[in-house]
Amino acid sequence: MSDATIEVSGLRKRFGATQALDGMTFAVPPGRVTGFVGPNGAGKSTTIRVILGLDAPDEGHALIGGQPYQQLHQPLRRVGALVDAAALQPSRTGRSHLLWMARSQKLPARRVDEVIELVGLARAARRKAGGFSLGMRQRLGIAAAMLGDPPVLILDEPFNGMDPEGIIWIRHFLRSLAAEGRTVLVSSHLMGELQDTADQVVVVGRGKVLADATVDELLARAAGDQVLLRTPEPGNAVTALEPAGATVAVTDHGALTVTGIGAQRVVEVLSQAGVAFSEVTTRRASLEDVYLQLTGNVTEYRASSGMEAGR
Amino acid sequence: MTATSASLRPPVSPKRAGFQSVLRAEWVKFRTVRGWIAGLGVAVLACVLFSYLVANGTHSGTCTGTGTNCKSGHPFVPTGPDGQAVADSYQYLARPLTGNGTITVQVASLSGLISSSPVNVAPSLSSTRPGLAGWAKAGLLLTPGTRQGSPYAAVMATAAHGIRFQYDYASDRAGLPGAVSATSPRWVRLTRRGDTITGYDSTNGASWHKIGAVRLPGLPATVDVGLFVTSPVSFHDGTGHQTQATGAFSHIALAGKVSGPWHSRSIGMSQADFYPTLGAGSMHRSASGFVLTGSGDIAPAVVQGVLGTNTAASTLLLGLTVGLIALIVIAAMFITSEYRRGLIRTTFTAIPRRGRVLAAKAIVIGAVAFAIGAIAAAASIPLGEHLLTSNGDYVFPASAAAVVQVVAGCGLVNALTTIAVLALGTMLRRSAGAITAGIVVFVLPYVIGSSLSGSIETWLFRLTPAAAFSVLGVLPRSALVDYPYTFGNGYYPLPPWAGLLVLAAYTVAALAAARVLLARRDA
Repeated sequence: MSDATIEVSGLRKRFGATQALDGMTFAVPPGRVTGFVGPNGAGKSTTIRVILGLDAPDEGHALIGGQPYQQLHQPLRRVGALVDAAALQPSRTGRSHLLWMARSQKLPARRVDEVIELVGLARAARRKAGGFSLGMRQRLGIAAAMLGDPPVLILDEPFNGMDPEGIIWIRHFLRSLAAEGRTVLVSSHLMGELQDTADQVVVVGRGKVLADATVDELLARAAGDQVLLRTPEPGNAVTALEPAGATVAVTDHGALTVTGIGAQRVVEVLSQAGVAFSEVTTRRASLEDVYLQLTGNVTEYRASSGMEAGR
Repeated sequence: MTATSASLRPPVSPKRAGFQSVLRAEWVKFRTVRGWIAGLGVAVLACVLFSYLVANGTHSGTCTGTGTNCKSGHPFVPTGPDGQAVADSYQYLARPLTGNGTITVQVASLSGLISSSPVNVAPSLSSTRPGLAGWAKAGLLLTPGTRQGSPYAAVMATAAHGIRFQYDYASDRAGLPGAVSATSPRWVRLTRRGDTITGYDSTNGASWHKIGAVRLPGLPATVDVGLFVTSPVSFHDGTGHQTQATGAFSHIALAGKVSGPWHSRSIGMSQADFYPTLGAGSMHRSASGFVLTGSGDIAPAVVQGVLGTNTAASTLLLGLTVGLIALIVIAAMFITSEYRRGLIRTTFTAIPRRGRVLAAKAIVIGAVAFAIGAIAAAASIPLGEHLLTSNGDYVFPASAAAVVQVVAGCGLVNALTTIAVLALGTMLRRSAGAITAGIVVFVLPYVIGSSLSGSIETWLFRLTPAAAFSVLGVLPRSALVDYPYTFGNGYYPLPPWAGLLVLAAYTVAALAAARVLLARRDA
């Protein structure tokens, strides 16, 4: 067990009638970016708050390097966290916000200027945080997380409100943190944000882990590739393909979706049976498909597609 | 820009983050919100401004006729050896004594009259009934001079407090108990040896008992020694009645180098003197000695109607309250703004031990509020005193201890109140609720208390946080003066330290409740 491993085991927590956490269990190893994905309301933020000692679970525990967060001394030197970028006193400057945090960990004021430089906020840091855009607040939050140069980083929805340039920056930044051997846990309700960033993905829904695997493993676990088939004789095509082990579904516009066998085999079977066809196309499964398959039946609140379209 | 620039790893201290670092963090939080710092300035200015307005609106004077012919000012109040206001009005029959000596006398009787004039009629000897004030005095007095406020030592028979040895207005020793009567006369004796004066009493003039001694430093070679009679205002049902006492003395013996004849004087009994007296002082010889009649008191001056209740602190109350409201708002925001923005989570991730956060915030807001209260009081006291004095009001002189009490007291009232409001804010987590609760609990009792009368207000100033306003109570109070020391007369029902303890109890209770909730609730 590394000093920087996050270990979450058997967390249960109920808010009134809602079972927010229902046996949440996973571990986050150092040296890689771990995505923490699930629809809104899946329990991601609650889990992160439990890890940070902000919320008390009804059952289970969360440890960092084998210790509960509350027992960490100068915790910002061990764990950097971005929980809510909007959590700022609007009339305090960005620099002053970092300064009080630095004072609480006996960090020098020099370190404040270093992290301001690191996240590219040097010009805005002496302005009141109330005037910051959401993207600037996210950068300030990341600066705060980096203040104690911690081996563990926990970022809750860091992409929210970031412009495309900021998203590219943060992806690169997270990967370089992991490359330095740090533990990086990043949550998002959108798999697409993590696809190119995370090495490992923990998919959660309704308070528990649905999948905990590397990106490659998840892709392999996808229900195989689909073959799209257009044919003037759909009845004959189904009769020919089903004995060959295929599952055929009829979609609109006279197209068929074939799963279970590859495109090559579809062409062979149809040719042998003398069934005419106009198109055979392979559709590759994406991480997004896997995510939707996994969470499709547990989504409580449909992830707003507007947010994705908006970027 | 890459993460590698962040690899300048600060050394991780093996020791836990000390409480001091939590304190520094909370101090940075406080000082970096400009609105709060401005609010502190508002609190000081409000206190000074309202003290100015109150002092400016307080006038004293005597008016005749239709009120258009008013004379500003107040009657003469003597100042005692310690700088305190004193009453020094009595009938005195004395001779100069040079060097060491002893004077002895028998107090054969003490009787008196009490004015029965209605409140709105000037008292006169034509409207009296027989009777004595408890502190009516007849005995021996030694003083370097009869200028009012001079040092002295005296031994005397009193109407209700037995024989007493008293000096310099505020010091008192009890001798033989019991009243003087024809069947049980009392003997008293004063001895001077150097600077030391010793008082004795006796029931028979033969066996003497020493009551006490005092050193009056700088006593001149020649002093006045002799007989005195005085009789203070007597209070019934809250109303003061002037009194007059008559003492009969016999068997006078004066040992030492005396010069000149007996000389009878009325000290401090003129129209210009503040102490209310009845009739004129007089002296006549009797078969066995002298009979003196006098009115007044030799004691600390406490409020006797004509002086008003102005002190170093009397203009402060309103300003202190207004300033306190500003501080209550700041104290509530100090914690509730963190809840409102979710910043409290950042705070608790940086400092997971929540009790330390509460303690550090309490120390920061308490220290700031103390300083603001002390500064505001220190600025308002001389301003108020100056304005009152130039308006012709009498201001009771404030001892250094009284000024310290008021300045530190205002600071402590502010500190304890803001800490309690911080705790309320921690419990309620909402600015509006915390500010409202803070004002209702810590300001409203005072507002209600000062608009009510009678026993309810007295209890409000005993049991509610308003009790702490007793730190402003610097009106003189003396066990040697019978006076209704009531709230209506300007006296708080509790001493300052007890009033502060009442407020502190509220603060401790609020902090304890906040601490429990803080640990129990999710952030």
